[in-house]
Amino acid sequence: MPATDVISSLQKQFPGKVGQGKEFRDDWTVEIDREIIRGAAAYLKSEIGYNMLLDITSVDYFGDEPRYEVVYEFCALGGPRDQEHLRLKLKVSEDDLTVDSLVPVYQGADWHEREVFDMMGIKFNDHPDLRRILMWEGYPYYPLKKDFPLEGLPSDLPGEEGFSRRAPLEGGPFVAAPSNHPPKLGEAGTTLREPHAHPAEH
Amino acid sequence: MSETIVEAPDSVARAAHLYETAKADSGPLGETLTLNMGPSHPSTHGVLRILLELDGEIVKRAVPDIGFLHRGDEKIAENMTYNQFVPYTDRLDYLAPLANNVAYALAVEKLMGWTVPPRGQVIRVICCELARISAHLLGMGALAMDCGAMTVFLYIFTEREKIYNLIELLTGARFTTSYTRIGGLTRDLPPGFVDQAKAFVEQFKGKIDELDHLLTRNKIFVDRNKGIGIISREDAIDFGLTGPNLRGSGVSYDVRKDRPYLNYSEYSFSIPTGSVGDAYDRYLCRLEELRQSTHILEQALRNIPGGPINVADGKGFLPHKDKVLTKMEELIHQFILVTEGIQAPVGEVYFGAENPKGELGFYINSKGGGVPYRLKIRAPSFVNLSILGKLLPGHMMSDVVAILGSLDFVMGECDR
Repeated sequence: MPATDVISSLQKQFPGKVGQGKEFRDDWTVEIDREIIRGAAAYLKSEIGYNMLLDITSVDYFGDEPRYEVVYEFCALGGPRDQEHLRLKLKVSEDDLTVDSLVPVYQGADWHEREVFDMMGIKFNDHPDLRRILMWEGYPYYPLKKDFPLEGLPSDLPGEEGFSRRAPLEGGPFVAAPSNHPPKLGEAGTTLREPHAHPAEH
Repeated sequence: MSETIVEAPDSVARAAHLYETAKADSGPLGETLTLNMGPSHPSTHGVLRILLELDGEIVKRAVPDIGFLHRGDEKIAENMTYNQFVPYTDRLDYLAPLANNVAYALAVEKLMGWTVPPRGQVIRVICCELARISAHLLGMGALAMDCGAMTVFLYIFTEREKIYNLIELLTGARFTTSYTRIGGLTRDLPPGFVDQAKAFVEQFKGKIDELDHLLTRNKIFVDRNKGIGIISREDAIDFGLTGPNLRGSGVSYDVRKDRPYLNYSEYSFSIPTGSVGDAYDRYLCRLEELRQSTHILEQALRNIPGGPINVADGKGFLPHKDKVLTKMEELIHQFILVTEGIQAPVGEVYFGAENPKGELGFYINSKGGGVPYRLKIRAPSFVNLSILGKLLPGHMMSDVVAILGSLDFVMGECDR
C-alpha cells in the first residue's frame, strides 16, 4: 500500500510524535501528537502532495482520558500520488481543548474547524474567525458531546443576533414596518410587501 | 443605412472599472451599506443568509451565515441503527435522494466489508444517474431563472416530472425514496421499469439539445455568467470543492472515475472540465454531465444482469418474509436485526461517492454493535459554500445571484 511509505516518512520527519499506521478496509489511519498537526499538514501538502483536505471531524470518547479526538482526512488530487487517502488523528484532553488551526495551510479548513468548535467546543489556535456555524451565536451547549441528551436542553432563542434587531432597511422604501394592520392598496405612504409564498422561492 | 454597433459588455472589466471608480470616489464621506440577503430570498435556494457590505453596487465583503436548516442529523444517527438512518439521508440533498441512499449504504457496506451482487450494483448505478440528471436539471433551471429566463425552469420541470414518475414506479415514493438497505435494496425492479426508463432516456437526448439551444448561446445568459465568479484551480482544490464546481475550474476529479465504486469502471463515459472556472464553465460542465449520465444510463439499462440484488448474509440482511413466517432460523435473524440492528465490526471508515453536488462522504466510527458511535457527513454543499467569503467580494450585487445559482447548493445538505 502506498500510504505506508508516507507514514514512515512522517515518522522520520517528526520522530517520536507519529504513531503506527493502522489499516482497516483499505483506509490508513495514523495517530499523531497534537503539537505537530500544522507541521504535519504542511509537510503532507508541500512534500507529499496531499493537496486536498477533505474533512475535519471530531469524536467524543466520553469517559476516556483524553476525551476527544480530532480526525483529518487528506487526499491527493493529481500528481504521482493521485487519489491516495490518509487519515490523521490526534487526542485532545478535557483540560486543554485547543488544537492548532490548519487554515494557514488549507483555506478549506475554515468552516470544518468552525463546525468542530460549534459541535464539540474544541478551540483552534490562530483560526481567523472562530464562531459558531450551525448553531446560533450565544447558544450555550455543544450538542454533539456524548453527555448532551438527544432530546436537547432548553435554551434561549437567538436574541440580539437573530430577531430583535431592526432589519437594515426597516422603515425604508422597500421594507414595511411590522404592523397588525395590513396596508390597503392605494393608501398613501404604505408599501406593499411581497407575498409570503413567492413563485421564485424554489 | 447606418451601422449599428452592438457593444459586448465584458462584465468582469465593467465590475473592475466600477470598483476602481468607487474606490477613488470613497473619500472621507464614502460609506458602505450593509445588506442582509436571505435567509428567505428567491436566489438563496433555501435558507442561506449572506451579509453583504456594499459600496454602491459592488460587494466589498460577504459573510455567509448558515445553519437555519440544522436538524442534528449526526446526533440522530448516533442514536439509531444503521438501517434506521436511511430515511434521514433522503433529506440531505433532497434533490437527489436516491444518490444519497446509495452513498450511505455503500459507506456502511464498506464498514461491514460487503459487496452487493452485480444486479444490485447496476440498479444502484441507474438510481444514481437518474438522481444526477434530476438534480442537475433543477440546478440549471434555477440558475437560468436567477438570470431572468423563466422558460428553462418550466422545461426542466417537465423532464423532472418524468424522472419522478420513474422513481415512483421504482420506490413507491416520488421524493423521499429511502430505496436502499444496508447490503441491498428494498425491492427489485418493477415490471415495465426498464422499458419506461429506456423510453425516457431516448426522448431526453433531444431535450438536452433543447436546453443547450435555449441557454448556451443566449446572449443575456452568457453575459450574466461569463467571467463571473472565477474560481482558480488552486483555490478550488485548497477549499476542498468537489463536483461540477471543481471540474469547472479545470480539475478532472470525479470519484466515479478516479476511485470507482459500484461497477462504474465498466461504463464508458468522460469527465467534462472547464477552462476558466467561471459560472458559465460550471453550467457547461453540468450540461455535459447530463449527456454523460444519459450515456451511462443507456449502457446500464441495456445490460442488467440477473441474480440476487442483496448480499447473501443471513445474519446481516433481512430475510425474505416467506421464510420468516415458516422457518425458525430466519425468524431469529429477523428479530435480532430489527431490535439490535446489523452487528458492525469495530473500526472506522471514510467513504465518498460522487453525488450531483460533489463528493458526499460518510465517516463512520464504530465501536461494534448495531449503532454508529460517530457518523460524520461530509456534505459537498457545505464545503462548496465555504468559498463564498472569498469569491463574492469585487462582484456586483446582481452577480451574487448568478454565482449562487452556479454553485448549485442545497441547504438541507449544507446544514444537516
